[in-house]
Amino acid sequence: MAAPITLHLEFGGGAELLFDGVKDHQVTLPSQSQPWDMKQLLVWIRANMLKERPELFVQGDTVRPGILVLINDADWELMGELTYEIQDQDSVVFISTLHGG
Amino acid sequence: MPILCSSCEKKRAVLKRPKTGHSLCKECFFWAFEEEVHQTIISARLFNPGETVGIGASGGKDSTVLAHVLKVLNERYNYGLKLLLLSVDEGITGYRDDSLETVKRNEQQYALPLTIVSYEELYGWTMDAIVKQVGLKNNCTFCGVFRRQALDRGAMMLNVDKICTGHNADDVAETVLMNVLRGDIARLRRCTAISTASEGEGVVPRCKPLKYAYEKEIVLYAYFNKLDYFSTECVYSPNAYRGHARTFLKDLESVRPSAIMDVIHSGENLSVREGVRMPVQGTCSRCGYISSQALCKACVLLEGLNRGLPRLGIGKHHRLHGKILAKEPLTQEEERKLKAVDF
Repeated sequence: MAAPITLHLEFGGGAELLFDGVKDHQVTLPSQSQPWDMKQLLVWIRANMLKERPELFVQGDTVRPGILVLINDADWELMGELTYEIQDQDSVVFISTLHGG
Repeated sequence: MPILCSSCEKKRAVLKRPKTGHSLCKECFFWAFEEEVHQTIISARLFNPGETVGIGASGGKDSTVLAHVLKVLNERYNYGLKLLLLSVDEGITGYRDDSLETVKRNEQQYALPLTIVSYEELYGWTMDAIVKQVGLKNNCTFCGVFRRQALDRGAMMLNVDKICTGHNADDVAETVLMNVLRGDIARLRRCTAISTASEGEGVVPRCKPLKYAYEKEIVLYAYFNKLDYFSTECVYSPNAYRGHARTFLKDLESVRPSAIMDVIHSGENLSVREGVRMPVQGTCSRCGYISSQALCKACVLLEGLNRGLPRLGIGKHHRLHGKILAKEPLTQEEERKLKAVDF
């Protein structure tokens, strides 16, 4: 069993509006037999954190197109996207690009 | 196993560029982004030394990045431009009042003078008051038409030579799609142009220095530079039609990132068969603004508001322009059609 993992999550660019307007969150993922990956994290966020209109955040098993994801301040496209294995104390940022300029 | 920057090969890459597929570190990304905007400015000869350039500033990500990059490039390459910020206050409580606070901070942060023009002073109506009269269905039409003209009026007050706006590659591609779907050939032809020709008196030339910049890169440029921007949806609901085009384009981009440039490219290379009838640009006989009709859209919308006939400017009522200009009363039948608010 892997120990519980503590993560810093941040929502910005308007994505925070789906989370009661709160940008910064400190969360703890429960321990499970396999390591946590991003795909599971999105399922967990949807089940435990999303306050409204989940389709504006997740689509299928990934984030809605137009939402950028940074893992430890780097584009998740460089980190394996959904398959990235989450480490304790990681920081994950979601930024919506869908709000007006 | 961090991926190294493919440019300097020293630092850790922080993003994968959608346009080129390159993985770059923060510094190399900033440099590449700024240099591309510089190339856009130079190759399209957007500015001349000594010009005063008004940056249309909403407080959102695009115009904030535009102001930041223009200031950097003006200093790096001695463009010799006098830059200033120009904002429009539509009078939307809970939205524009907040975003204008951001613009006021930008004024300090970038040391660029800021001017705000308001719908209330220009038209006598705030968007809040307009929505009260017209409801939530066609309000974006009023806002869009009034904003375009408000920027021009502000620019003329300030004696600005050019206005630049933060339209990015995604915006331009969306507009191409929207004009295809609407079958609007005149706009389809114009919408990819990086700058408007001087359209005559009363209109200040406009340009879009971020026309080839991807939204993803604009957002990450702002994020990594810790730029201060505002990102709340307008309280009077999104522009639904653009929203559909946007969602479709984002879906395309997730399959093939070059789709955005491809759509722009198609728009740019569109040729219209000779002999296709185009609307002739003239001037509004009331306010002198450019218009293809006797009255410009803003004047018709305003007349409708002031007469309590909000539908006057929605849809085509060109036949009535003569009556409006002559200040003749409308028939009961005409009034009845224009009054209903259930649209």
